[in-house]
Amino acid sequence: MNEKSHLSSQFDDELGRLRSHVLQMGGLVETQISAAIDAYSKGEVASVKHIVETDRKVNDLEIAIDDDCAHLIAKRQPAASDLRLVFGISKIVTDLERAGDEAKKIAKGVRRIYEAGQMPSQYGIGIRHIAEAALVMLRQALDAFARLDAALAVKVIQADVDVDTEFKSIMRQLITHMMEDPRTITTSIDIIWIARAVERIGDHAKNVAEHVVFIVEGRDIRHLPKENKESKE
Amino acid sequence: MSNHETPVLKAEARGLNFYYGEAQALKNINMPIYDKKVTALIGPSGCGKSTYLRSFNRMHDLYPGNRYEGEIRFFPDNTNLLGSDVDPIEVRMRVGMVFQKPNPFPKTIFENVAYGLRVRGENNKRVLEDKVEHALKSAAIWEEVKNRLQDQAPNLSGGQQQRLCIARALATDPELLLFDEPTSALDPIATGAIEELVHELKKRVTILIVTHNMQQAARVSDYTAYMFLGEMIEFGKTDQIFIKPQDKRTEDYITGRMG
Ligand SMILES: Nc1ncnc2c1ncn2[C@@H]1O[C@H](COP(=O)(O)OP(=O)(O)OP(=O)(O)O)[C@@H](O)[C@H]1O
Ligand SMILES: [Mg+2]
Repeated sequence: MNEKSHLSSQFDDELGRLRSHVLQMGGLVETQISAAIDAYSKGEVASVKHIVETDRKVNDLEIAIDDDCAHLIAKRQPAASDLRLVFGISKIVTDLERAGDEAKKIAKGVRRIYEAGQMPSQYGIGIRHIAEAALVMLRQALDAFARLDAALAVKVIQADVDVDTEFKSIMRQLITHMMEDPRTITTSIDIIWIARAVERIGDHAKNVAEHVVFIVEGRDIRHLPKENKESKE
Repeated sequence: MSNHETPVLKAEARGLNFYYGEAQALKNINMPIYDKKVTALIGPSGCGKSTYLRSFNRMHDLYPGNRYEGEIRFFPDNTNLLGSDVDPIEVRMRVGMVFQKPNPFPKTIFENVAYGLRVRGENNKRVLEDKVEHALKSAAIWEEVKNRLQDQAPNLSGGQQQRLCIARALATDPELLLFDEPTSALDPIATGAIEELVHELKKRVTILIVTHNMQQAARVSDYTAYMFLGEMIEFGKTDQIFIKPQDKRTEDYITGRMG
């Protein structure tokens, strides 16, 4: 990336502000996810309300950042690395916002399970583990964005395979549960929804990482076979 | 990513050096110009864009002390445009030029366009009328001037004058058209008309255009070359140059980081 400053210092300020807003938004989504994990494993139903409230801030930031991107394109006509940055950011915020939505789904699922008098962590063994893995993916994707580190982004993309594999094994385990004891079906279905949301968070983190590779290297690596996703720089 | 056909060479600079007396203005330029494509030349002021452009129609020959080395091959006949056995007048028939400031002759609209044909020895009135009309139509100015062909050309608006100069360049059926910042003296509407015209013209003729307007280069060209201090730094597909240039100097220039 380009560390030299623009002839227009205002342009530099605008790009800098845009980047820090994305990181701020990313930070909020991270707290949503980690609060959702806590709610799940410790039964902190109170934090559900907090997650939902944070979601509003996340949505507002998404709109503000998109709006800034549109203004910046109209005013500055960014090219090359600047263009890739603005374009990449406007995609990153979509994935961040959706990752936040998934956290909200987890929180609501947890609340339903507790209200039914159950302990979710008794059923979905392994969920906490992949949820933490997905959170690490998102954190690293945001680090990769902050440092424009394509190699780290590629690692995140590779980690998504593990989350997907674990998700499938959790599904198998829950299905076995339901067959063994049909009374667990209601709770198990809620847990499937939670596992599904976790898996989606991993996907969004992977997307963010792919956008980072595009910003840094100008390669669109979405939909490429795995072996072609290695960082080139 | 719309066309996948391999481009055909129309011209190619090979080891081109150019000197204004002692001062070297072009340094070992190697660059293809593809047939019926638009190639944009960009780069900071004084980097040699106009010097390079003028080499194609031997304009430098008009001044003593100017010197070329290397060659510019012109296809399909593989002529070296810079060859000492090649007649510059003949070259200028095949390679037309349009300048930054519209420069119509102080003659009628008709005579401006007929000029090149007359130089070539065409005197048949019908043929002249036919070719003038065709050139004015190709330059998208026919509708505006068809009823005033005997008016003085300098009375036209700036944008009209520029399209008239394009018609003048087109009248001799050139194979390559050179544009040196053709819209820098025009308003956005007149600029849009010229850009539209460039897009139309490339169906028939190869175009090499110098512009200081990055968006214009991105809009009108298929290929872009970045020049710096007399050197060709980077040549590539326009999409690639504006999204992911390979050379840091190109990147700095098009993102406005020169300094
Ligand atoms: N007739 C001339 N005699 C001597 N030196 C010249 C002559 N014309 C241009 N130069 C020099 O050659 C170099 C290249 O000039 P040129 O006009 O090709 O630049 P350019 O890229 O077209 O710049 P601009 O964007 O300002 O039009 C400059 O250093 C210029 O001063
Ligand atoms: Mg010039």
